[in-house]
Amino acid sequence: MSVDKNTRIDWLRQMYTGRAFEEMAEKLYALGKIHGTMHLSMGMEASAVGTIAAIKEGDYILGTHRGHTQLVAYGADLNRMMAEFMGKAAGYCRGRGGSMHIADVPGGYLGAQGIVGGNIPLSVGVGLTIRNRKTDQICVCFFGDGAANEGAFHESLNMAAIWKLPIVFVCENNQYGMSMNIKNAMAIDQISDRAASYGMPGITVDGNDVMAVYEAVGEAIKRARAGEGPSLVENNTYRWRGHSKSDANRYRTKEEIAKWMKKDPIARFQGQMIKEGVLTQAEADQIATDAKEAIESAVKFADASPEPDVSTILEGVYVE
Amino acid sequence: MRELTFLEAIREAMVQEMRRDESVFLIGEDIGVYGGAFGVSLGMLDEFGPERVIDTPISELGIGGAITGAAMTGMRPIGEIMFMDFMTLALDQLVNQAAKLRFMFGGTTKVPFMMRAPIGSGAGAAAQHSQSLENWYVHVPGLKVVMPTTPYDAKGLLIASIRDDNPVIFFEPKLLYKKAKGPVPEELYEIPLGVADVKRKGKDVSIIATGMMVPRSLEAAEALAEEGLDIVVIDPRTLRPLDEETIVKSVMKTGRVLIVHEACKTGGYGGELAAVIAESQAFDYLDAPIVRLAGKDIPIPYNRTLEYNAVPQVENIVAEARKLAKGNV
Ligand SMILES: Cc1ncc(C[n+]2csc(CCOP(=O)(O)OP(=O)(O)O)c2C)c(N)n1
Ligand SMILES: [Mg+2]
Repeated sequence: MSVDKNTRIDWLRQMYTGRAFEEMAEKLYALGKIHGTMHLSMGMEASAVGTIAAIKEGDYILGTHRGHTQLVAYGADLNRMMAEFMGKAAGYCRGRGGSMHIADVPGGYLGAQGIVGGNIPLSVGVGLTIRNRKTDQICVCFFGDGAANEGAFHESLNMAAIWKLPIVFVCENNQYGMSMNIKNAMAIDQISDRAASYGMPGITVDGNDVMAVYEAVGEAIKRARAGEGPSLVENNTYRWRGHSKSDANRYRTKEEIAKWMKKDPIARFQGQMIKEGVLTQAEADQIATDAKEAIESAVKFADASPEPDVSTILEGVYVE
Repeated sequence: MRELTFLEAIREAMVQEMRRDESVFLIGEDIGVYGGAFGVSLGMLDEFGPERVIDTPISELGIGGAITGAAMTGMRPIGEIMFMDFMTLALDQLVNQAAKLRFMFGGTTKVPFMMRAPIGSGAGAAAQHSQSLENWYVHVPGLKVVMPTTPYDAKGLLIASIRDDNPVIFFEPKLLYKKAKGPVPEELYEIPLGVADVKRKGKDVSIIATGMMVPRSLEAAEALAEEGLDIVVIDPRTLRPLDEETIVKSVMKTGRVLIVHEACKTGGYGGELAAVIAESQAFDYLDAPIVRLAGKDIPIPYNRTLEYNAVPQVENIVAEARKLAKGNV
C-alpha cells in the first residue's frame, strides 16, 4: 500500500503528540496535580496510530485503559482530553471519568475502559447496530494481551464470527498483563492463533511498525466493510513504563526494557522517512516541538478551566 | 504489643495460616512477584512458591470457579480479586455455585474458601475501581460477608474466615491498608464471625458504621465529645451473619441510631440494619426516626472534589449525629 507523504507526516505527528501527552501526564502526576492513577502507552504509539489510520469517518472505536494515543490518533480535542485527565468540567466527561474513561461517544470513540476486556462484548452490539443500519461502517475494538484471557473475549469473538459482524479486534500485545508475561498467561505463542477457534482470520504484526499495522488493519477493515465478517489483528509491541503509577517493575529486567526502547516506533518511522528523503531532520524536530507545544497549550486550557460544580454531582446517572 | 498496618496484619494472617495448614493457598492476579496491586502478598511467593501463591491470567470467573472446585474437594483456598469491582466478573461462580452447592446437594458438600478484595473510593480511581457492592453478597444465602476496619480485627477475622467451612467474602477497605496501624498479637487468634465490636462506648447516639465509615465515625465522635455529646460507635465487622443483639442492646440504651455506610443508599446494607432495629424490641425505645447516612446514588466520580462529596465524610457524620442527638431530625 502506498501512502502519501503528508499522511505519513500526520501519523508521525500523532505519535509525537501521544508521546508528548504522556510525558506531560507523568510530569503532572509528579507535581501532584493528578489524583488517582494512569496507564501510559509510551512505546506503543505505532499500534494505536497505525490502526486508527485505517478507519474512516463514521467508524467506531472501543478503547482501553491505555488509551491516550488511541484518542490522539482518533483526533480527540487535546484541550478537552487534558481537561478530563485533570478532572475539569471542560473535560470530555465533565471530570467524572478521568484518564481511564475518556470518551467521545458522539464522535465515535466509545470510551476508554477500566474493566479489562469490558469493551469487547460492546463491540458485538456495535456490530449489530451497523448491520441493522446496513451502512459500511466498521468497529475497531482495542484490548490487551491480558484481556484475551477473559471469558468476554471468547464469547464476543464467537458471536461476531457467527453473525459476520463488521468488527476488527485489535490486540495490543505489549507482552504483559500487569506483571504477567504472556508466556505464563497462555500456552500458545500467538494470540492471533485464537482466531481460528472462531473461524475468523488472525494475523500477528510488528506493532512497532506503523505501516505494517496500517496494512494489516486495513485488510481486516476491507473484509469487514465487504460483509465478510470480523478479524483479529495482533500488534506485537511493548510498554516502556510500569503498568500504572504503582509499579516497581519487579517482573522484568532493565535489559529487556532497554532492548525494546531501542525499537522506538517513533524513531523508527521518522528514520525511515528521513532515509527515503521525504522528511528532513529539521522538519522532524519541528513536528516534535509542535507536539510538545500543543500539549503545553492543552495544559494551560485545562489549568484555566473550572472544577466541576459540586451541586451538579447527581446529574447524569439517568436520562431525564 | 508491636504494631502492624492493616495490610501487614492481613499478610501475616495468610502467611501464618499457610504455614500451619497445607491445604491453604492463595490465588489471584499479580499476587506473586508483583505482590498484589496494593502489595498485600509481597514476599509470599518467595516463601511458598508458585504452587501455593498462584498468579492467574486475567480471568476472574476462573478464579471464582477454581476456589470453589478446590474447596469442594478438600482445599481451603484464598482467592484474591484485585478490586471488588471485578468480582462482578466472578459472580456466577460465587452466587450460582459456591453459595448454593451445599444446600442444593443436600448437605453433602461444603465450600470452605474465602475471597478477598479491596473495597471503596477515595483513591481517584473513578467509577469502575471504587465501588462498595458488599450488600450484593449479603443478599445471597450461603455466603458470609466480613469487613474489618482495624489491623487487630483484620488478622483475627481473616484467620476465622479461612477456617470457616463456608464461602466467606472478605472486604478490605483500601484506604486503610497503609493508614490504619495498631497492636496485633504475633500468635494466631480467631475473632469469631458474627460478633460486632463496640468501638466506642457512649449514651447519646448509637452510630452503626461499616468499612471506612468506622474510623470516620470515631473521629466524628471525638469531635462531638468536645460538644459534650457521648456517641457510641459499633462496627458489625461481619455483615452476614449479623450480630443483632449488640446493636439492639445499644439502641435500647441510646434511643437514637445513625447508620453510616459508604455504599449507595438505595438498596444498601443500611436498609437491612434499619429493618433489623425496627423489627426488634428496640423499636419501642426509639426517640427519633432511624437515620441513614450513605453514599450518594451515583457511580463514583473521578474528580477529587466530586469523589469526596460522593460518600460520607467526618463532617457529614458530625452534622447528622449532632442533629439526632439534639432531637432535630
Ligand atoms: C476485569 C479486570 N480485571 C483486572 C483489572 C486490573 N488490571 C487493569 S489493567 C490490567 C492488565 C491488563 O493487561 P492487558 O490487557 O495486557 O493490557 P495492558 O495493561 O498491558 O495494556 C489489569 C490486570 C481490571 N482493570 N479489570
Ligand atoms: Mg498487555
